[in-house]
Amino acid sequence: MLLARNITKKFAGVVALNNVNLELHPGKVNAIIGENGAGKSTLMKVLSGVYIDYEGEIIYNNETLRLTGTKDAEAKGIVIIHQELNLVPGLSIAENIFLGRELCTSFGMLDKKEMARQSKKLLEKVKLNADPGTLVADLKVGQQQLVEIAKALYTNASVIIMDEPTSAISDKEVDNLFMIINELRNEGKTIVYISHKLKELFTIADRFVVMRDGCSVESGLMAEMTQDALIRKMTGRAVNGPTSTTVQTFTEPVLRVENIHLKSASRHGAHVLTDISFTLHKGEIVGLYGLMGAGRTELMETLFGLHPKRATGKIFINEKAVQLQSPIQAIRQGIALVPEDRKAHGLMLDQKIKTNISITVLNQLEKWGIVLHNKKETRLSKDYIQRLGIKTHSENNIAGNLSGGNQQKIVLAKWLATNPSILLLDEPTRGIDINARFEIYNLMKKLAEAGMAILLVSSELPEILTASDRVLVMAEGRLTADMPVREATESNVLKYAIQHNITA
Amino acid sequence: MIAIQKNNTINLARLQSLIALLFLCAIIAILSDKFLTMDNGWNVLRQIAVNVCISVGMTLIVLTAGIDLSVGSVLALCGAITAGLLKNGVKVPAADLFIGFTILGALLAGIIAGALLGWFNGFVITKFKVPPFVATLAMLTIARGLTMLWTQGHPISNLGPAFSVIGTGWFLGIPVPVWIAGVVVLLAIFITRQTRLGRYIYAIGGNENAAILSGISINKVKLIVYSIAGALAAVGGIMVTSRLDSAQPNAGTGYELDAIAAVVIGGTSLSGGKGSIGGTVMGAVIIGVLNNGLVLLNVSPFWQQVVKGAVILVAVIIDKGGKKK
Repeated sequence: MLLARNITKKFAGVVALNNVNLELHPGKVNAIIGENGAGKSTLMKVLSGVYIDYEGEIIYNNETLRLTGTKDAEAKGIVIIHQELNLVPGLSIAENIFLGRELCTSFGMLDKKEMARQSKKLLEKVKLNADPGTLVADLKVGQQQLVEIAKALYTNASVIIMDEPTSAISDKEVDNLFMIINELRNEGKTIVYISHKLKELFTIADRFVVMRDGCSVESGLMAEMTQDALIRKMTGRAVNGPTSTTVQTFTEPVLRVENIHLKSASRHGAHVLTDISFTLHKGEIVGLYGLMGAGRTELMETLFGLHPKRATGKIFINEKAVQLQSPIQAIRQGIALVPEDRKAHGLMLDQKIKTNISITVLNQLEKWGIVLHNKKETRLSKDYIQRLGIKTHSENNIAGNLSGGNQQKIVLAKWLATNPSILLLDEPTRGIDINARFEIYNLMKKLAEAGMAILLVSSELPEILTASDRVLVMAEGRLTADMPVREATESNVLKYAIQHNITA
Repeated sequence: MIAIQKNNTINLARLQSLIALLFLCAIIAILSDKFLTMDNGWNVLRQIAVNVCISVGMTLIVLTAGIDLSVGSVLALCGAITAGLLKNGVKVPAADLFIGFTILGALLAGIIAGALLGWFNGFVITKFKVPPFVATLAMLTIARGLTMLWTQGHPISNLGPAFSVIGTGWFLGIPVPVWIAGVVVLLAIFITRQTRLGRYIYAIGGNENAAILSGISINKVKLIVYSIAGALAAVGGIMVTSRLDSAQPNAGTGYELDAIAAVVIGGTSLSGGKGSIGGTVMGAVIIGVLNNGLVLLNVSPFWQQVVKGAVILVAVIIDKGGKKK
């Protein structure tokens, strides 16, 4: 039995786990359930030795366990199989299984025969019909996952943590995976299973732990639970009433998309987005919610012309059909995208605030058709620094030196400078402090009042419910709900975000 | 106060290399009385001119987080093309046609050839996603081979007094190559600081993903930049050919390394997005003075290379140390 008692973990003062208690039973599949950001991943990282500076106690087989790292966890029999698999694609299956613990002959040479023989046995156990010499790069994702499990079995792990194991594999592969999990359970191993897919959990899990806002709120037997009850426990909060009393109606469509499909880049024949249709009106803020991997970001990217080869469907702007084959075309049509990861996709961190803001509109800042108009550029950036309240004493400061919230405002500024009619915001408040958040909400309101149409993607339900006029919900690449915010509550939105899995 | 703060950071880096340069000059001047003479001064500048031209192109490329290893070979090929056209023209036996070239025509042809070779580098890099290191390494060999084919392995010499003005002439008391390099530098400073192209170059090196999302045609910018670098290598090749009054098939061997060294000593980051033309010019001057000083001091050529390498290392390490803070 693996017990966690009063585990608290903070990141730079922010509490990610708050006095979490957990019982993981051997010979059972223990499901960990919760919304995005509930603390599931953090907890698993504590249990598997990724984070070692936490408060509280882990008790394993009646002894206090203080892990010093992932290697230590592995030695104690706890392994984690991440959503992003941890294999070296250029090495064979056997080489991956024995990576870092290679067997040697008495001459100190690699004992390839023995490793191949043992690998073969492990592969049989996980029902992977492949030669141990096969390169991992040549395997499908589902097969690679089985190699990870084989690796865990080789280390004789007794606690196996699986983080979203079915997010990238086919139904047939899921069946196979469940068979293996069943066998492992019968051998008395402790399986920890994290998934958003409720239907799966009811098939495979014995016990559940619900996490919410960094706390463990409830645990028990899966058999005694219903889907609705689980969803209620995940959201927990009292049902939110309508946030705005005035009901506004929006009549002027700005962006209308019809039957958008997006093919998967990695899995042949699969779709990341399936048949998405919706309309965005002038002055309207539409919140788009979905769990991790629902396809929200992909939808934004498609609207911004980033997937010209894989996407199909029709897009109308102001009721005129348009082609969005590149960001350049999207910008010309008045679309702006504030990307999810501002450091990787939004900013040139080493360069001046001014340079970052003006980059999208340099063509409007030229005189005689060639020379940059420095004064105009400075005026533009000063203007936005003031309007958005970017905290800096000069537009010549380096963007990377500012706080997250101010960096986000620079990204907003560079897009507002293009004077867009459609603003796509992907997680605009991620990682920024509460004050900056409210400033951004207020800004959104102001922009909408001025007639901008805003599509807001967020992983945080309260954010969606407070900021939007209408709520769209996605699940597994499909649009599952489109409702006015007054009809949206945390539990019914979450239900739609999970729904597809239940009915599928 | 704001303006002062901004200039401080830039000037500090520039000041550092200026101090290093002055220090270097002082040491050489103490050890050799030939160093601080007008003749030697012009000589050094004339020698530097070629490297400055190439390094300016290299700087633009490095700012986009690329690299160009082919400039030395492109220099040789374009010098040879200019010399060959000037001297022999083009004969098309099938059509019984002969096209002769004026100096201007031959110069233009050489520079256009350079731009096309650079464009081809850019094409391979943007179209087939070949890393710049590999694409230009291939061009290094291809262009050298083409030079051998064009010249049949023999120098093309005796190009006439008018052509030699480019490499050896004087204008208003200043050597012509120095004028050329000066114009190239001023144009490049203008492009990097005052044009949209310049901003896009920095943006691509600073964060290519952000640049794409900002609606910049990064492929177009890269094609332009590699073409400019090729054209500037051709300008260098013409200067070398003119100075020697001869296009040597093995001219420019290893020049790409001198250019990269100038860029790096000048403080431009090899990962792109940070640096300046001014820094590169300073880097080229430091290398030129060092070369000249080592010769004047009768240091053996073997030791010269060791010292040059050591200076590059020290410059980069100091630069890194400054960034950590």
